[in-house]
Amino acid sequence: MSRTRKAFLGTTVLAGTVALSLSLSACGKADMTKQTSPFAAAKGSKSVTLSVQTWVGAQSNVAVAKYLLEHQLGYHVDTVQVDEIPAWDALSQGRVDAILEDWGHPDQEKRYVKDKKTITAGGGNGVTGHIGWWVPKYWADKHPEVTNWKNLNKFAKQLRTSESGNKGQLMDGSPSYVTNDKALVKNLHLNYEVVFAGSEAAQITQIQQFAKAKKSFLTYWYEPQWLFNQVPMVEVKLPKYTDACAEKGTKDPQSIDCAYPTTPLQKYFNTNFAKSGGSAAAFLKNFKWTKDDQNEVSESIASGGLSADEAAKRWVDKHPDVWKSWLPKKK
Amino acid sequence: MSTASAPPATQRGLGADAPKANPARALLGRRGVAKLLLLAVAAAVLVPVVHAAWPGAAWPSALTVDLSGPLGKTSDWIIDNRDNHWLFVYFLGHLSNAVVISVRAVYLLLLALGWAGVTTGVTLIAWRVAGWRIAATALVSLLVSGALGMWVPTMQTLALMVVAVAVSVVVGALLGLAAGLSERLFRILRPVLDTMQVLPAFAYLLPVVLIFGIGVPAALLATVIYAAPPMARLTALGLRGADPGVLEAVSSLGATGRQRLLTARLPLARKELLLGVNQTIMMALSMVVIASMIGAAGLGDRVYQALASVDVGAALSAAIPIVLLAIVMDRTTAAAGARIGAAGNTATAGPAWLRGWQVWTGVAALTALLALAGRLTGSAVWPGAWFVDIAHPVNDFKEWMVDHLYSGVPVIGGTADWAAHFTNWVLNPLRDGLTALPWYGTLLIVAALAWLIGTWRTALTAVLAMAAIGVLGVWKPSMNTLSQVLAALVVTLVLGFGTGVLAAGSKRFEAILRPVLDVMQTMPQFVYLIPVVALFAVGRAPAAAAAVVYALPAVIRITTQGLRQVDPAAMESARSLGATRWQMLRQVQLPLARPALLLAVNQGVVLVLAVVIIGGLVGGGALGYDVVTGLATGDLALGLVAGVAIVCLGLMLDRVTQPTERRTTGKGA
Repeated sequence: MSRTRKAFLGTTVLAGTVALSLSLSACGKADMTKQTSPFAAAKGSKSVTLSVQTWVGAQSNVAVAKYLLEHQLGYHVDTVQVDEIPAWDALSQGRVDAILEDWGHPDQEKRYVKDKKTITAGGGNGVTGHIGWWVPKYWADKHPEVTNWKNLNKFAKQLRTSESGNKGQLMDGSPSYVTNDKALVKNLHLNYEVVFAGSEAAQITQIQQFAKAKKSFLTYWYEPQWLFNQVPMVEVKLPKYTDACAEKGTKDPQSIDCAYPTTPLQKYFNTNFAKSGGSAAAFLKNFKWTKDDQNEVSESIASGGLSADEAAKRWVDKHPDVWKSWLPKKK
Repeated sequence: MSTASAPPATQRGLGADAPKANPARALLGRRGVAKLLLLAVAAAVLVPVVHAAWPGAAWPSALTVDLSGPLGKTSDWIIDNRDNHWLFVYFLGHLSNAVVISVRAVYLLLLALGWAGVTTGVTLIAWRVAGWRIAATALVSLLVSGALGMWVPTMQTLALMVVAVAVSVVVGALLGLAAGLSERLFRILRPVLDTMQVLPAFAYLLPVVLIFGIGVPAALLATVIYAAPPMARLTALGLRGADPGVLEAVSSLGATGRQRLLTARLPLARKELLLGVNQTIMMALSMVVIASMIGAAGLGDRVYQALASVDVGAALSAAIPIVLLAIVMDRTTAAAGARIGAAGNTATAGPAWLRGWQVWTGVAALTALLALAGRLTGSAVWPGAWFVDIAHPVNDFKEWMVDHLYSGVPVIGGTADWAAHFTNWVLNPLRDGLTALPWYGTLLIVAALAWLIGTWRTALTAVLAMAAIGVLGVWKPSMNTLSQVLAALVVTLVLGFGTGVLAAGSKRFEAILRPVLDVMQTMPQFVYLIPVVALFAVGRAPAAAAAVVYALPAVIRITTQGLRQVDPAAMESARSLGATRWQMLRQVQLPLARPALLLAVNQGVVLVLAVVIIGGLVGGGALGYDVVTGLATGDLALGLVAGVAIVCLGLMLDRVTQPTERRTTGKGA
């Protein structure tokens, strides 16, 4: 009996603590946007939170920025892994201070940057992103005509899988990525079935698996991406991207029938952070590198087996000329 | 009940609540025929009418309701108002703040104790509560977590878990108390709690994250919503199950209502209460990785990040501490429960100095001492030199396995070939069949199955759940998901019953199997996403494989236990009649263990369904993919509707596989 009571005593004490902290905070307003993570370092003001997206390119940006912020500017950096659109949400609420690589989200941009002004655009990060359809190089070398969408139907038979039935398989990845593939397949009258891998991890694993067996495949993919260094791929030409087509596409996403645009990848900051973030904000505003730089880091993370921090250190040691200019001028 | 592990495997208890009547017998009885006849007559009248009104196999679009408008508006309203509306600023904001402060307090305490202090403290508590063997397990587990380089994430997860479990237990116990004391509240709460058992955890994430934003408060609240129901359920059942004779005696002694509750009802229910705590802990731990999708940090986040770079080894390094935490917590609470249950009021054995407050003071003092010593000798965090890297060997092993098993294995073919056959010969026909079956046909089959095994009420619930799916306009993806669930279930049952029979026959095999099953049940599913894709190629086959891995342990356990509990006298008489082992199994053991086997089917269904969303991450498509998409793109309408459809499927499958006699016996914890 006494044992039972004791067993619950601990629980009660804890619950009491929770209730106490509830009542402590219960005087006046509690703005959720001002709340930080309970795991944030207790160093106070010199702390920055960066959003890491799931793909490795984005991890590289964050790894290098984090390394430099910590070792050059003396900040503590926390990272949060979130999907793209929830990351915008988190940015506007101040849960994260910066997104270092965004692939274009017009709806969110309108809502948060233009209307609510809780997010500030931070300029490009120097890398240009491109989405498209890709086939492995070993296959394209044998059948050069596959790299034009007009010939894709001829190859549909070779690309059948048990998931795509009697059509060819066009593999798509994570649901959070920007894709028009279903509309494209329909509007270009392709005998293909879009199969969603459901996550980038699953898609990469499948591509690696296909490449090992030297099998033919067609996949939605994007660059810069470290996987190209492991599995060389050739892009399939889709009908040319035009402004008219893009405009039609924004009105009715079902009607799109041209390639994906080339997107200069953008940085976004929480407005408060951009205004009063001190040297960290200045540093992140200056952060700008190239596709090769990013790929170098990504490659050592994803296939070199280095931790993000080690990979960043290796790059930082090799390229001081690039990052020296990012550091804010000492006043 | 020590097998109580991953959720919701054992929420309904294992052997304790086996049906008294044999439902399978009843199924073949006259009542069953009468029910079927009645249904057939109803069908003969209704089907032509329905068919004339809405021809075609798919759910008629005239009968659907499109929720995307209102749901989209709700989501917009929340986003626009969450920074300044009073509901958020004065209520939800404080809630979120309280969570942050509490978690931070626990986290700082753990960090202040340092690795030496935490390890000592946890080991001593485990020793005190559950004995030296479990204490040793706890000690080794913590050291392993540290050696894997996961000390800080483990502490973050532990801090989150401590607060989440405490809140869940208190909320659950209060709800359970209310339901246990008031008949009306019990009637209202019961269906809600029943539904929550089949609700996949992912379904909560979206609304919670919309309101609280990414971060620990959202993660913690999602965990509480997921973990509190078993506590509430078991508390209510414990209170209601108290021996009326004892209560009568207590009242006749003139005890007041409050006295009666504190001195009789609660102590009598302590076994259920502890089982509830145990279940709550396991449910909360199973949320660790899922909650990292909305910013929970800690170990789950490490697993999730490792996934992004397709690094199974790194994911495993973070997953092992989760598994160890789960095993230690499960064993500790289960042992505590068993001790209290066994010892009852007669206190415990052992010398007096080992009891009471002195020991706890000793535990605290020793912990403080070692914490101090740890601090003085070096860093409070794990010393960097004591670090074992398992990521590389694990990745090498995975590569080797995949290289050799994927395809071209002589005679049996590679795993990729099996996956293709499974998809072509099982999944595709099943999906096409279910999609081609007219919707009223599906409803009739569901009604017939549910009615045969249960009452007209359960049949009605099942049919309404299916109809709700149609009304929500997701009939087709739901049929796709249903086909995957059924196929995975069949595989699970075949493997599970087979292994269960073997384990029931050999104690040694069961002993070897136990830790394997523990690991399978508590291993976060994210860890095996990459291996299943590498082995079975993207699609529905790896999704089914993941579901089988997750659901198998519960099915094996229930089968083994059911077969073991068969009356030895019946076995002996069969043996004396000269029955072979196979004959005994087929004609004596299996029929007598039928209730347990039915329970295994029911648990299998619920667990397989829980993995549907994870399946969406490896190409399972259908509802699982929709939920993931909803979460990833902040599309409340898509995600929530798909989530509700999964819940409806779960309700339907639960009712169709759960003999209703169990509910009326009242002990269906």
